[in-house]
Amino acid sequence: MSCLLEARGISKQFGGVQALQDVSLTINHGEIYGLIGPNGAGKTTFFNVLTGLYARDAGEVSLDGKPLPLGKPHAISIAGFARTFQNIRLFANMTALENVMVGRHARTASGVIGAILRTAAARGEEQAIRRRAEELLHYVGIGDRTHDLARHLSYGDQRRLEIARALATEPRLLALDEPAAGMNASETAALRTLIEGLRADGITILLIEHDVKLVMGLCDRVAVLDYGRKIAEDVPEQVRRNPAVIEAYLGVGVGAA
Amino acid sequence: MKRYPQLRMLATIALLLLLPFAVGTMGNAWVRILDFALLYIMLALGLNIVVGFAGLLDLGYIAFYGVGAYTYALLASPQFGVHWPVWLILPLCAAIAGLFGALLGAPTLRLRGDYLAIVTLGFGEIIRIFLNNLNSPVNITNGPQGIASIDPIAVAGVSLSRTLNVFGFEVHGLYLYYYLFAFVALLIVVVSARLQDSRIGRAWVAIREDEVAAKACGINTRNVKLLAFAMGASFGGVAGGLFAGFQGFVSPESFSLLESIMVLCMVVIGGMGHIGGVIFGGLLLAVMPEIFRYSAVPAQQALFGKVVIDPESLRMLLFGLALIVVMLYRPAGLWPEPRHRRELAGKKS
Ligand SMILES: Nc1ncnc2c1ncn2[C@@H]1O[C@H](COP(=O)(O)OP(=O)(O)OP(=O)(O)O)[C@@H](O)[C@H]1O
Ligand SMILES: [Mg+2]
Repeated sequence: MSCLLEARGISKQFGGVQALQDVSLTINHGEIYGLIGPNGAGKTTFFNVLTGLYARDAGEVSLDGKPLPLGKPHAISIAGFARTFQNIRLFANMTALENVMVGRHARTASGVIGAILRTAAARGEEQAIRRRAEELLHYVGIGDRTHDLARHLSYGDQRRLEIARALATEPRLLALDEPAAGMNASETAALRTLIEGLRADGITILLIEHDVKLVMGLCDRVAVLDYGRKIAEDVPEQVRRNPAVIEAYLGVGVGAA
Repeated sequence: MKRYPQLRMLATIALLLLLPFAVGTMGNAWVRILDFALLYIMLALGLNIVVGFAGLLDLGYIAFYGVGAYTYALLASPQFGVHWPVWLILPLCAAIAGLFGALLGAPTLRLRGDYLAIVTLGFGEIIRIFLNNLNSPVNITNGPQGIASIDPIAVAGVSLSRTLNVFGFEVHGLYLYYYLFAFVALLIVVVSARLQDSRIGRAWVAIREDEVAAKACGINTRNVKLLAFAMGASFGGVAGGLFAGFQGFVSPESFSLLESIMVLCMVVIGGMGHIGGVIFGGLLLAVMPEIFRYSAVPAQQALFGKVVIDPESLRMLLFGLALIVVMLYRPAGLWPEPRHRRELAGKKS
């Protein structure tokens, strides 16, 4: 398998905190790649650096062999790398449909003149945007909430809406930051089916998740971060048995005992 | 009525056509106030693009009104001896003000909230000070004296500042200006509404709601914000051009910080981001102070036998009070976007 995302030597410091230290990893086409680690390990920071929200202190990121620009989140999205947020960031006062329609922004082109004159091209594009957004809402399973304001959705539905919005940008790589957080068992099961479906549709997934069962059951490979360092990377069964990983999760001493 | 959009449209148009005659029964001064109210509505709608849609607090907006007014004044007055026709000048007013909007917006792109407000306030003052001082070494704006004898607006060769004889009816120029302003205001309403329901309008609101998420959705927030500044400013430019032709005189003092704050209050009190609310806010704040101006002195004389507070101070006092009350009890404005409008509208279609 060829590699889609390559991150080399990523470091990031916040004041005295070394949030990421020389982290390298590669994600292959069509893979579901898990990223786990204790709280504060630097997982979200890693996402933020990859997607251009934080400037990195050192390191290189490339998608499909092309280097990703620094500090330009929109350009990274256009390059085909979409994400969701751990602390949900929806457009709260827009409807679910409008949220997903915003996701189509960079894949469509009509401008001010088209909007003011309501040209045939602009109207056609607007219809296509709406149709695609409706499809995506059904795809993630919240087709019945289309016209509700995002802030009126349940927590689990908000997470799914974020995924729909990210999918609207036509990503090749989709990074999910704790998508199952706050979901009940049946919602988590539906999420799992959804992620498997995404992979079947050719989208590569980078998944941060604390739900161990979900990660182990879903991922092809898993990397473990601890204090900003990558301490392991392997198939799930191997990672689970890795003493360094057990130590990171259970605390010093237990692993050695 | 909701089911008959054509009927609603006809009713609105009929109302707009007859309004000045109803108001005119109280005297021509009130028609003039109505004309000014329409100019303020245009300004409020322009500022609404920036503040209401894109969520960018702008305290220097009146500068673009000034840019439009001076554009008209310089191109249709004895100042340079040029007298361009209005249909050529007005688009130019929009374009030049839009350009200024983008230019002044550019350095503020990374700022938000209070910081943005302070910087835009400064820019607004800079423009006014330029208008005040560009009379030497080369006299362009004629400084604090302003530019006088500006050509009145003429439509199809008919000057709007003269009384027109229509089939034996005498129609005062103030009415003619009213119809022109109402037409332009209507145009601006349509443009606003269409922009709001478009890809661009959604991007503006997305930035207002969450700039980081908007970026992650592939929106080039820099360009989209500049577009908001430029569009908003261009509405102000058009209003400024109309103002110059209507008044026949412009001077820098018409474009003070107080005016910026006034227009911002129209947007905020009316209902930020809601076109109907913003129009209402513009109308309210343009007309109420005039009512006070006319009623404050007689009312006080009737009550106390003398004038206790001069009308101007009373006006500002009541205005400040109204602002505080609205912010306390209706923080989203007097007529905000109904909470479920979009939810319901979507469900019906
Ligand atoms: N913007 C920031 N400013 C300062 N410090 C930060 C910032 N973001 C993260 N950190 C610090 O960097 C470290 C890594 O945080 P990060 O959010 O990446 O952890 P995480 O692995 O996502 O944890 P969790 O599982 O709790 O989400 C923490 O010590 C955190 O306090
Ligand atoms: Mg995190």
